[in-house]
Amino acid sequence: MALTQQQIAEKTAVLEAYISENKDVKGVLIPIMQKAQELFGYLSFETMELISERLDVPVSEIYGVATFYALFSLKPKGDYVISVCTGTACYVKGAQAVLDEVKNQLGIESGETTEDGKFSIQDTRCLGCCGLAPVMTINNDVYGRLDPADVKDILAKY
Amino acid sequence: MKSLAQLAEIRAEAKKAIAVRMQDKSLSDSKVKRHVLVCGGTGCTSSGSVTIREIFEKELKASGIENEVKIVQTGCFGLCALGPVVIVYPEGTFYSQVTTDDVAEIVNSHLVNGELVQRLVYDDIGGGKKADGPVALNETGFYKDQHRVALRNCGVIDPENIDEYIATDGYLALGKVLTEMTPDEVISVVLESGLRGRGGAGFPTARKWQFAKNSVSDKKYVVCNADEGDPGAFMDRSVLEGDPHAIIEAMAIAGYAIGADEGFVYVRAEYPIAVKRLAIAIEQAREYGILGKNVFGTDFAFDVHIRLGSGAFVCGEETALLTSIEGNRGEPRPRPPFPAVKGLFGQPTIINNVETLANVAQIINKGADWFKSMGTEKSAGTKVFALGGKINHTGLVEIPMGTPLRTMIEDIGGGIPTGKKFKAAQTGGPSGGCIPASLIDTPVDYESLMSIGSMMGSGGLSVMDEDNCMVDIAKFFLEFTVDESCGKCTPCRISTRRMLDILNRITEGKGEEGDIEKLEELANNIKATALCGLGQTAPNPVLSTIRYFRDEYEAHIKEKRCPAGQCKALARFTIDRELCKGCSLCARKCPVNAIEGVIKSPFVIDQDKCIKCGTCIDSCKFGAISKK
Repeated sequence: MALTQQQIAEKTAVLEAYISENKDVKGVLIPIMQKAQELFGYLSFETMELISERLDVPVSEIYGVATFYALFSLKPKGDYVISVCTGTACYVKGAQAVLDEVKNQLGIESGETTEDGKFSIQDTRCLGCCGLAPVMTINNDVYGRLDPADVKDILAKY
Repeated sequence: MKSLAQLAEIRAEAKKAIAVRMQDKSLSDSKVKRHVLVCGGTGCTSSGSVTIREIFEKELKASGIENEVKIVQTGCFGLCALGPVVIVYPEGTFYSQVTTDDVAEIVNSHLVNGELVQRLVYDDIGGGKKADGPVALNETGFYKDQHRVALRNCGVIDPENIDEYIATDGYLALGKVLTEMTPDEVISVVLESGLRGRGGAGFPTARKWQFAKNSVSDKKYVVCNADEGDPGAFMDRSVLEGDPHAIIEAMAIAGYAIGADEGFVYVRAEYPIAVKRLAIAIEQAREYGILGKNVFGTDFAFDVHIRLGSGAFVCGEETALLTSIEGNRGEPRPRPPFPAVKGLFGQPTIINNVETLANVAQIINKGADWFKSMGTEKSAGTKVFALGGKINHTGLVEIPMGTPLRTMIEDIGGGIPTGKKFKAAQTGGPSGGCIPASLIDTPVDYESLMSIGSMMGSGGLSVMDEDNCMVDIAKFFLEFTVDESCGKCTPCRISTRRMLDILNRITEGKGEEGDIEKLEELANNIKATALCGLGQTAPNPVLSTIRYFRDEYEAHIKEKRCPAGQCKALARFTIDRELCKGCSLCARKCPVNAIEGVIKSPFVIDQDKCIKCGTCIDSCKFGAISKK
């Protein structure tokens, strides 16, 4: 869902306050970017420019950091982010077939968002609940011991 | 600020508070008759343990026994496959796969009337046998061969309550170190114990400390590496979730030993529960004056900060981790200079893994000889493994080093599900190798695993059965490293990509004579030339599967056949003429009309049209279709 002007202004104020509070901490660039990612759901060029000005770090460097780490996204994500675990335990128990079925149902690839902005699929290496393999999460809901046939009904809940 | 005397008082009181759980009758003087421990690890939380805890609280109130029973949220018990897990003390009754509907029955029957809910009791004593009567936890098949040192408090104490950690002799070692030992004495005890890094490489922990101590600087750092990136590994997360104070205490001890006053824990952002509990623990330690200035009235000062990882596997490599804490792209840097000389922000730094640190306070308390008495001569102590994949008891296990792999798979792990055959175990994740069924009696320690081309790794142990294709597994790990290669050095960036291209070809049935040799050549070049541990070890899964499963590679290349039937492009679906009744159901279900025939006579699959989706197998009621 796109943010309203007012929401953007509010979140920007929160980010600015966080920057002022922490700007002298050594190595604080990444924690600030994490905060921005958490607030806005992605890092827009405007956000990166703001961080650049406040910390006196070139935008190119911030862009370099943003594209290095999987956590940062340069585009907004869907309302529901689907993570299918493809860690080893899930993989040997058939996670690839589950991921293929999710892609098939939504008609998008990993890292993409559906046109209506409802779902995004992201690759996840290990969610750490290997006892439930294969596992996927949709935002904070966890679905375990999956079979590709379960996917359709699960997606229909959202 | 608490003094050591105050800490001793808190300990005495807290010991009473947990006496029911420790089954210590001499101490239990409180009104509380029972403790109900509900697992709050990530696995059980994902299967609903938080709701179960809330329902317990409601049901206890409804029965009017809320003052007699204490509900405790703990860290991981280990048996994740059977979660959510609930343990009732003083009996030590282990209830597995508890659902929200079972809670009322446990309260009414067990907690009110003292009668166990037999259908939920875990009483597997190994070898597929059930116990006749009540069985103690450490007599069950899953627990009896385990030895919990690093995990000693996981599933025992409430990780969000510092007093419970203090009750189990927590912060005793820090007090002893600060008031009775010199930094050199601390280092020599740890050296003597034989403790080696549990993150994978197995470097002696005290040596790192010694190097850092000998580096002259007025600022030094202690870093805890909790960037547990191996897919399928969750040991460090469980320690942080179940016993976070043990890490804080060990970091402070290390700080005293090397002369550092600041520490960082670099932990994956994907571990929200671990991060939250660690943050609570740090706050509590600060309140008690265990972190801060003048700890226990001495001159020693120490504080710990959390830094969250941002999803880059390479940051588990120590120099890349430091670059990341400094706020940069997490690219490794060449060594020397080693971090002990020039590390975080250019200052001497030690980097220890979570599980390594979890042993430190106990070594100080119980002595080097105690630690050496476990494990083997060169690999002292225990090791935690995350058992996963095709195994019945998925979960977290801790064994003395040198325990044969067979014990882990067959006894603790409870064997392979649905009667399939054990094919291989993979240790060390994307840096490690596989152990084939023929070597199942290999003792699990640093040297033995290295000698068969695998490695200890950080502790992920993924089990494969006969249905897993080893070429596909090698491809899986290589895809991972290609994805995670930071791109700084050429061998890792380009050669791993080339290896993956070859593996893709092989699994698609386009393998050529000489591909195996090409893979080996590239692999050896990368091993010799890559900058950091990620690149140097990336070819290991390929080399080790070639070593033990060369025939599978050859079958893919020469016969265009996948023996395990897993590589889709090589699969052949055929209809057995004897079993086929000619009902035409499969032909109607086939999405590409690849099946033809005449009603009541055997149907045939056109291999050129078949897209190997498997719909026909699922539709056939007579089991006439098979995949080879």
